[in-house]
Amino acid sequence: MSLHDKTLKQLRDGLQQGEFSSRELTQHFLSRIASHDSALNAFITVTAEQALAQADAADKARAENSAGVLGGIPIAHKDIFCTQGVRTSCASKMLDNFISPYDATVVTRLKQAGVVTLGKTNMDEFAMGSSNETSFYGPVKNPWDTQRVPGGSSGGSAAAVAARLAPAATGTDTGGSIRQPAALCGITGLKPTYGIVSRWGMIAFASSLDQAGPMARTAEDCALLLQSMVGPDEKDSTCLNRKVDDYLSGLNKDIAGLTIGLPEEFFPKDLDGRIAESTQAAVRELEKQGAKVVSISLPSVKLSVPAYYVIAPAEASSNLSRFDGVRFGYRCKDPVDLMDLYKRSRSEGFGEEVKRRILVGTYALSHGYYDAYYLKAQKVRRLIRDDFARAFEKVDVIAGPTSPELAFNLGAKKDDPVTMYMADVFTIAVNLAGLPALSMPAGFIEGLPVGVQLIGNYFREDQLLNVAHRYQQATDWHQQSPVFGGDK
Amino acid sequence: MAINQDTVLRVAHLARLQVTDQDCAELSTRLSDILAMVDELQQADVSDAAPMAHPLDVQQPQREDKITETDIRDLVMPLAPAAENGCYLVPRVIE
Repeated sequence: MSLHDKTLKQLRDGLQQGEFSSRELTQHFLSRIASHDSALNAFITVTAEQALAQADAADKARAENSAGVLGGIPIAHKDIFCTQGVRTSCASKMLDNFISPYDATVVTRLKQAGVVTLGKTNMDEFAMGSSNETSFYGPVKNPWDTQRVPGGSSGGSAAAVAARLAPAATGTDTGGSIRQPAALCGITGLKPTYGIVSRWGMIAFASSLDQAGPMARTAEDCALLLQSMVGPDEKDSTCLNRKVDDYLSGLNKDIAGLTIGLPEEFFPKDLDGRIAESTQAAVRELEKQGAKVVSISLPSVKLSVPAYYVIAPAEASSNLSRFDGVRFGYRCKDPVDLMDLYKRSRSEGFGEEVKRRILVGTYALSHGYYDAYYLKAQKVRRLIRDDFARAFEKVDVIAGPTSPELAFNLGAKKDDPVTMYMADVFTIAVNLAGLPALSMPAGFIEGLPVGVQLIGNYFREDQLLNVAHRYQQATDWHQQSPVFGGDK
Repeated sequence: MAINQDTVLRVAHLARLQVTDQDCAELSTRLSDILAMVDELQQADVSDAAPMAHPLDVQQPQREDKITETDIRDLVMPLAPAAENGCYLVPRVIE
């Protein structure tokens, strides 16, 4: 088996047993990126030199018996995480010249675990998008069909993992940005409970929704990565002060007796029948393993997209006010006065979708509209959370399709924001409620991957990963790899 | 709710964005589409619902009132597009 076909766990074991060194492994992935990424555009920045230095340090640590739990394993970071001394662009012209002076907590924790950073992955600008087409650095292509989008906003991370350019990557999920690209690229991605992973150093989009998580090929690999990402952080006051759960020891637990809820709202009449069938087939596999299936209803979930498109832009308009052309980032040429400096720096530095969302958010927060939009959306958010709370009195896990459609053609929705927003119709409610959820590969339709979403109760990442792992023991959808660029 | 071009210009000023006349018509259409979708919220009965800001309704944690951050001026000043003598440079604001 080639090094790039091994899972994170197999790579960890191989390094431990001395089958290969971190330098060999890192060089292997750097070579794959060099020969294949031009077809995908999954990376914004490749940090080859630093990666090899980190790999040598990991090999030295291993020789001295002081290697971290992920010592010497190369991964990629979404370019939303600040990385000291490395450009952190958030895929925006605004931050094209921004070299971060510090590491995000997630980056620090993974460094402490011993990972090697291959580079920074492409994404939708400021994580605003569902297709990776809003990036200042150009769209990412889906490795299963390079005419199609990889999903977004963590599209570069998803494409890199699917194409075996990295064994795993970090992502962030504000409305589906880990799960939807994971589904469209045929990998596994987990959005944790809001507050268990620090947001410090993660460039803010919508602070009450943003959450970082792992993206890898298997649930087991997601568990390995998540274990080294979570934990309290004084630098993020929304990060919860609770003990770290164990995501690895329960992966193989029997799922007999587990109750799975299927919300009728996740299977609307106009849903692609093939996607519905793939989802049902995945649920049948879990039934075969002893899970019980019940129908449930989440009536307020239908309001999640409208609530999200008030709350997320409102928070974004506030968060993005820091980009003013004065302290860091892009600055326009020859401003005539301070207002001209602000306005032109922002208008020239931000892309179209980012500007639209800032305007929507500013409007929703402006005098006379706050109650009608922002306050109302925050109340609807509670209704959505209460729906889930009622459901979790009866069921352990909720299942449904991750995305209402397969990977679509590049450019297909570019000029129609509202249609694009519907790509996240099944994922957004989870962010509004702050719940954990993952997407796992569950089949192919016309050669394109389909993902199934599993939603868990607060802090039950262990259960989600257990169910997904059991599913992956019985299926091989997650082991399929795309053929692209003349290489398997 | 439709958002006309005057509103686009007013909101753009609040957001410190420059909008050309050419962009204004296009933006007015796009933003109206988005707001029409968002207006579905108005049908929701939220009379008994309290607004929710944090999914877990946690309280802001308190910490001791002591300085924990070191001086990072030397680290952040070089990031500025224009700086001199430890100050950010902007166009003159006082005549």
